[in-house]
Amino acid sequence: MSLTTWTYLLVGLSFALYVGVALWARAGSTKEFYVAGSGVHPILNGMATAADWMSAASFLSMAGLISFIGFDGSQYLMGWTGGYVLLALLLAPYLRKFGKFTVPDFIGERYYSQTARIVAVICALFVSFTYVVGQMKGVGVAFSRFLNVDFGTGVIIGVLIVFFYAVLGGMKGITYTQVAQFCVLITAFTIPAIFISIQMVNQPIPQLGMGGTVNDGTLLLDKLNLISQDLGFDEYTKPNKPRIDLFCVTAALMLGTAGLPHVIVRFFTVPKVRDARKSAGYALLFIAILYTTAPAVAIFARTNLLQTIPGKEYAQVPAWFKSWEKTGLLSFEDLNQDGKIQYYNDANAQFVEEVAKPQNWAGNELHIDRDIIVLANPEIAKLPSWVIALVVAGGLAAALSTAAGLLLVISSSISHDLLKKWLRPNISEKEELKYARIAIAVSVLIAGYAGYNPPDYVAAIVAFAFGLAASSFFPVIVLGIFDKRMNTSGAVSGMVVGLTFTLSYIIYFKFGGGTPDQYWFQISPEGIGTLGMLLNLLVSLTVSRLGKEPPIEVQKMVDFIRIPKGSSQAHEH
Amino acid sequence: MENSNALYWKRNLRLLFVLLIIWFSVSFMASILCADYLNQFSILGVPFAFWMAQQGSIYVFVLLIFFYTWRMNTIDKEFGVNED
Repeated sequence: MSLTTWTYLLVGLSFALYVGVALWARAGSTKEFYVAGSGVHPILNGMATAADWMSAASFLSMAGLISFIGFDGSQYLMGWTGGYVLLALLLAPYLRKFGKFTVPDFIGERYYSQTARIVAVICALFVSFTYVVGQMKGVGVAFSRFLNVDFGTGVIIGVLIVFFYAVLGGMKGITYTQVAQFCVLITAFTIPAIFISIQMVNQPIPQLGMGGTVNDGTLLLDKLNLISQDLGFDEYTKPNKPRIDLFCVTAALMLGTAGLPHVIVRFFTVPKVRDARKSAGYALLFIAILYTTAPAVAIFARTNLLQTIPGKEYAQVPAWFKSWEKTGLLSFEDLNQDGKIQYYNDANAQFVEEVAKPQNWAGNELHIDRDIIVLANPEIAKLPSWVIALVVAGGLAAALSTAAGLLLVISSSISHDLLKKWLRPNISEKEELKYARIAIAVSVLIAGYAGYNPPDYVAAIVAFAFGLAASSFFPVIVLGIFDKRMNTSGAVSGMVVGLTFTLSYIIYFKFGGGTPDQYWFQISPEGIGTLGMLLNLLVSLTVSRLGKEPPIEVQKMVDFIRIPKGSSQAHEH
Repeated sequence: MENSNALYWKRNLRLLFVLLIIWFSVSFMASILCADYLNQFSILGVPFAFWMAQQGSIYVFVLLIFFYTWRMNTIDKEFGVNED
């Protein structure tokens, strides 16, 4: 069968599965709609959380990104997993015990303030919306490339699918669909990795394969370091960025992960406090399968690429090279007109003087978009068509599951936090459910539209989402649980200072024309959330000590959430 | 009751402190701050700091959460604040 046939078949089958699951598990009450009736088993909840968390970026972009930056890619690997430790230890069990539906619920009640709740709702909406636009774009790209439809049609198909099962199923439907999507995406990611690992180092487990030896008896990583340096690139296994930036970016991603509303809300869906702890463990375990395979994939892909392409006659390039060239994501320009592909680090001045010029090389001639590595990898390794089709189905599963989880947070922010708790407190449960569905429907359409005409700064906005979550939500929630003395004035001033600082820094460097040599202490905008978080802590602790103690009911509530005993199912209201 | 809850909270904080120190050591210390020094050693055919940064720390994170879950459940029972 051809690649296109396989792709239609596998993508079609996986979609039929998702829709079937959604129909089977559709929501009847607001509780089922928002928190799946809090009756989801921890292992299933862990899978759903993992699928929710691993987006198109984790699935399609991360391994490629790492393969181009080597050691420094560790900031994503540790940053996007280490946050779960903070979640499990500092947030999840207490928020589950609190027993309401949303993060703004917690902030509104703990800080006895409608203003705090509304600020939290706006942050939650902004963070989630940023993310969802990226996912819709990812869906469009994957569809258009492999089903041979145009990009717009791809986005529309994606919108229809998400629309159908998110509106119908609510959190319950989404949770069970995400379990299915997790299985699809993890299979799709590991199978090609296993094949390639066997091919390269004769070791079926990719995590061990990265330390394996290649045909000539040298260690794979020694070989990769050697061929990288032969082309003027840095050693793959050595850190290159300033350590302080590596430190701050890793920390900001961890703190941001623990503060993202669509991740936190997951821990409201389990029956008990102890399940919330366990659920975080399972979620990270399932995430770790992909996150420990990805660095191996990165190493294999980089080695394959550096061994096959540089110095090759352009007339003899393999078929995958030509087909990716058509998409514009890979391009070759024969600068010195010798018919061969020169791929090397032309930013390395010494290498250019000593190696490139004497051989008449006129500059790097090959440009590769990092995002194509995961999709192209099976083709580069000459794996069968069904494996490539499986990767497409996996990429779509990753994008759709994340989009659905985010849309749910958006809809509950609107129908629950804005309408029920603020603008129209008297609406019935049935009406609230109706508004929640309308909110999802409207936001799918807006997200689809934004995904179709993506602002070209989507990538820059992701820095906002993490910086924002790290410098606002994370400290305010942690202090709400661990510092009984924390009051409204402390929390609000901390949030305002943390947010303003982080946002100004990011805006200045991403949109205001700031250049890297102006970075404070060499910290990039991706890492500034760490400083923002520290500033927030400092300010809120100081200001809270100057003001009054929080009311006695609030202190009692803090005592109540600190012990597991007496938890109920997430409250009806 | 008040007293026992305060003691329970103290035990919880002590456990958190220890686990977070481990969390910090494997990620920030071993994988970033001491990376250049530790990379001279190797594990499973991979330079040590590189392995910690891209494999080891993630495994430790998973173990930390499961250990915390197990330990907290024991402490909950000891203080009679478990859920059933």
